[in-house]
Formats: sequence, structure tokens, C-alpha cells
Amino acid sequence: MQLTLEEVDKIAALARLELSAEERESFRRQISSILDYVGKLRQLDTASVEPMTHALELWDPLRPDEVRSCDAATRQRLLEAMPARQGDLLKTDAVFS
Amino acid sequence: MDPKTMTITEAAAALRKSELSSVELTEACLRAAEVGQTITSAYVTIDREGALAGAREADGRRKAGQPLSELDGIPLAVKDNICVAGGRTTAGSGILKDYRAAYDATVVGKLRRSGAVLLGKTNMDEFAMGSSTESSVHGPTRNPWDTAQIPGGSSGGSAVAVAEGSACGALGSDTGGSIRQPAAMCGVVGLKPTYGRVSRYGLIAMASSLDQIGPLTRSVDDAELLLGAIEGRDANDSTSVELRSDWGLKGERLASLKGIRVGVPKEYFGQGMQPEVEASVRQAIERMAGLGAEIKEVSLPHSEYALAVYYVLMPSEVSANLARFDGMRYGTRVSGGSLENTYRRSRGQGFGKEARRRIMIGTYALSSGYYDAYYLQAQKARRLISDDFFRAFRDVDVLVGPTSPLAAWKLGEMQDDPLAMYLADIYTVAVNVAGLPALSLPCGLAAGLPVGFQFIGRHFEEGRLLAVARAFEEAHGRLPLKK
Repeated sequence: MQLTLEEVDKIAALARLELSAEERESFRRQISSILDYVGKLRQLDTASVEPMTHALELWDPLRPDEVRSCDAATRQRLLEAMPARQGDLLKTDAVFS
Repeated sequence: MDPKTMTITEAAAALRKSELSSVELTEACLRAAEVGQTITSAYVTIDREGALAGAREADGRRKAGQPLSELDGIPLAVKDNICVAGGRTTAGSGILKDYRAAYDATVVGKLRRSGAVLLGKTNMDEFAMGSSTESSVHGPTRNPWDTAQIPGGSSGGSAVAVAEGSACGALGSDTGGSIRQPAAMCGVVGLKPTYGRVSRYGLIAMASSLDQIGPLTRSVDDAELLLGAIEGRDANDSTSVELRSDWGLKGERLASLKGIRVGVPKEYFGQGMQPEVEASVRQAIERMAGLGAEIKEVSLPHSEYALAVYYVLMPSEVSANLARFDGMRYGTRVSGGSLENTYRRSRGQGFGKEARRRIMIGTYALSSGYYDAYYLQAQKARRLISDDFFRAFRDVDVLVGPTSPLAAWKLGEMQDDPLAMYLADIYTVAVNVAGLPALSLPCGLAAGLPVGFQFIGRHFEEGRLLAVARAFEEAHGRLPLKK
């Protein structure tokens, strides 16, 4: 299985990753060989096998959808972690342009 | 007794009898950590002031006859993907290199309430992706047994801290072997608990259906003590489980291994195994027979697919989990002039090579037209692998084999060959795929470097797993720790 450079660009675009020119080529090679390796899963007959989605299928993971607030110190740390802000507001590039 | 080699159990006894203070013990660990920074670089952050303040408080409680727990005053290290409020938590990544955690992980809160002293944060492969602790933005960590060698990974810093004496014990995380494999390579004990036993709230997620937090220690007793301190249902992690009373840890001591059925998977001695590692593990199995265990060869017929399952599911989950790192709410932002380009630049420059490689593989496996061939097929194969274990555990109580096919390798040796490095995870990943508990215990040396012996148990039967491992450890002796 050999990926093309166009496929590498398409995956990088989907993943929102900027790659250097050198990386496009090295990733193309390395990811192709990894996909070759995992391609061995196709040898397995799984027609009658149910997919397993979790390591343990024991519990009900749902909880009420309630808003819980945090203490003032946690809130302050969350604000300070923002890369750019104005007062208590998060600054970003324009979402609609 | 040397604080650099004493177990937590021994240190706790010395604290109880006032033969040692927490300040003395903590100071010894801090000095070892500071010296270690010029040799092994186990730590990313050392919190000298915070640790000594915690130690003084612990000494005060002991003096007043009111210790919070057996762990009160014991200095421990925490892997840098586990949040400690207000402290730097980088997960070894450039995208988080200045990030300060907003809150404590549940396991950290539990350690605080037990009185443990937090020394600092340990180095790791970026986002726990790697088997060598070379892919950290902070640079590599080195193996104290031979500093030309890698310490294993991804919890390499935690394993080294325990081995070199710069922490009495440590927490790591294990997605495909990241506690057990570095424990094996550094000659310490590493336990990956059953999926759901320990809360992952505050662990920076890598692959959510596989990740689990666990202890790295100098003895089996210590692993049990630390697991007991961090386990339990947590409303903040919906995958954590209410523990049944028969799943509890009781410090069970077996007089011998008579009546214990030990399975040896015939697939676990495959090609590519270092001969000295195989010899050491085979000898350990003979020793178990000598202790009275009934040794049975068993088959896990889908073992050869485990690594392929892992390297589809894990990167798929990585690509979803790491989508949150976009340079907006926290972490490094590299402006690109538009929102889309800011995402691409922040992620392109913030993530290292291996993180980006895995995001790419996962994005591909989940993309339209490929989902059924890769992700769905891997989920089906996951069930086949899991069923193999269920079948084997009808006939045996524990499974044993090598933790890793190799002892520690040279720094840089596998850096440009990701697939070769992935193959080193061959005996650890199936355990995560099936959600089982497993422990690595030192069993000997291969060309002067430690070899790990892996014990695998049934879901939530950590008590039995630890009891069997303890019987082996007691008969065989602890591996001398690197001075």
C-alpha cells in the first residue's frame, strides 16, 4: 500500500496539520509501511464478530446533563491558560470572515 | 538503610518509629533528583519548596500521632501527563510546554489526602506516544543502568526516578505498555490496573478505550499500597467502576504457589526476541514451578494480530483526543492570519513528529471510505483477542511471559524506524486491548540490563495477581536497584 503525496496532503488538511516539504515525503513512506503492517487484519474472517467498542462493557456511562461550576481559583487558572484574552474573554481569529 | 533503595513499606515503618523524618527522606530524594538531572534527566519539573513544605506538614502530623495514611510523608513522583493544579503539566509536548494545570487529577487529589509528598513531574514520550522516552520536547531520559541506553517508555521518567532513588514510588500511565515496559527496562515493579479501576480524570488522554494510570515501585507490596491509594469509582470519569468487595486488595500472602495454575502463552516467545531475555524469562517460569505452581502451556491464537489492532485503534483515538489542541483555549498558539491557518500552524509546530504521525494514521483510518476496512475491522479483531484471554482464563489463574522482547536499546537506535519501535510493544498491547490487569517484575539481567517478567490476571483480580507476583518476589529476592 503506497500513499501518494496528494493523499498525504488530504489527510494533513483533514487533521489541520501543517507539514514541511521533507515531512510530506518521510510521512508518506512511514505511514505507508505502517498501513501495510496493519493491513494484515484483513486476513481475519470477522463476518460473524460483533465489534468491541470498549475494554469493559459493564456500565451505563450516561449521567444527567447538568452545569456544575468550579471554584474561583480554578476559574482563574483556566483564564490564565488562554493564549490570548481580553479581560475574561478568549480572543481568537475571526470565526466568520 | 539507604533512602535511595528502601521500599515505601520500609520507609513508612521508619517514619512510624521516628527513625527517619519525611523531611530527611524528601531531601534525599530531591538531592538524588537534582544530581540525576545532569545524568538521567528523569524529571521535567522538581518542586523542591512544595515537597519540603509537604514533608514538614507530614512530620507534624506524625508527631501529633495523626498520620493520614500509611503513605503520609512518603515522597512520590508523578508522570507529566497527570494534572497537578497550578503546576506545569506538559505531557512532554511543545504545544503544552508552558501549560499550567487548572485542577488536580483525581489520583493526585487522592495522594494529597493520603499525605504523600509530591516531588515533581517526570519526563515521558510526547503525549505518552513512544517506547523510549526520547520524543519529549524536554529531551530524552537515560537509563541509570547504562546511560547510553533508553529507559523504556513512555513512563521512562517515572521508572528512572524509582530506579535511581529520586522518588520512593511514582505514577505512570499505560496505554500499550507504558508502565510495564519502562519498569522492565529499569529493573522496577510496574502495574497496569484493570481498565476502569483507577479514575483517569485529569490524565491528558491519549487513547481513551485503553489508557489507565498505575504505580511504579520497588516492590510488589508497594505497588499494592499505591494502587489502594488511587483506585475507585469517580463521578468525573464515567469509565471508572464501583469496586466490588471481592475485588479488594487484602495483601494476600501465599505460603507457596501450590494449587496456582500458571499459563504460558506459546505465542509469547516469538521471533525477534533477544536470546538472553528469553533465557531469563524461561528460568523465571521454572522458578515458579519450583514454588509449586502448576505450569500449563496455553494458546492465545490471535496474538499475532494484537499489535495491528492496537496500531489502528490507538491512533484513531489519538486523532480524536488531540483535536482539542488547536491553540485556542490553552497551549501554544502560532498565528496564521486566519482561524484555519492558526489551527494548522499551532498543531503543525506544537506537536512533535510521532504525535503528528499518529494523528495522520488515525485520521486516515477514520476517514470516509476507509473506516470499515481499518477501524471497524480492528474493533472486531479486538473482540477475538479479548475472547482468547477469556478462554485461557478458564484453565489458568494467571498468565506469565516476557514484558518486552528486548532489554533496553541504545539511544537513537530506532528513532527513524517507527515500525521497529512499535514491534517492541508486542507482548504488552494485548493486555490493554482486553482491559486486563498486568504487572512487570524484574527477573534477571540480559547483558547487564534488567529483564521484566510479566504477570497477567483476570479483570479486577489484582489481589490475586499481586499475591502470585509477591510469592515469586519473596522467593527470588528483589533485583538490586542501581545505585
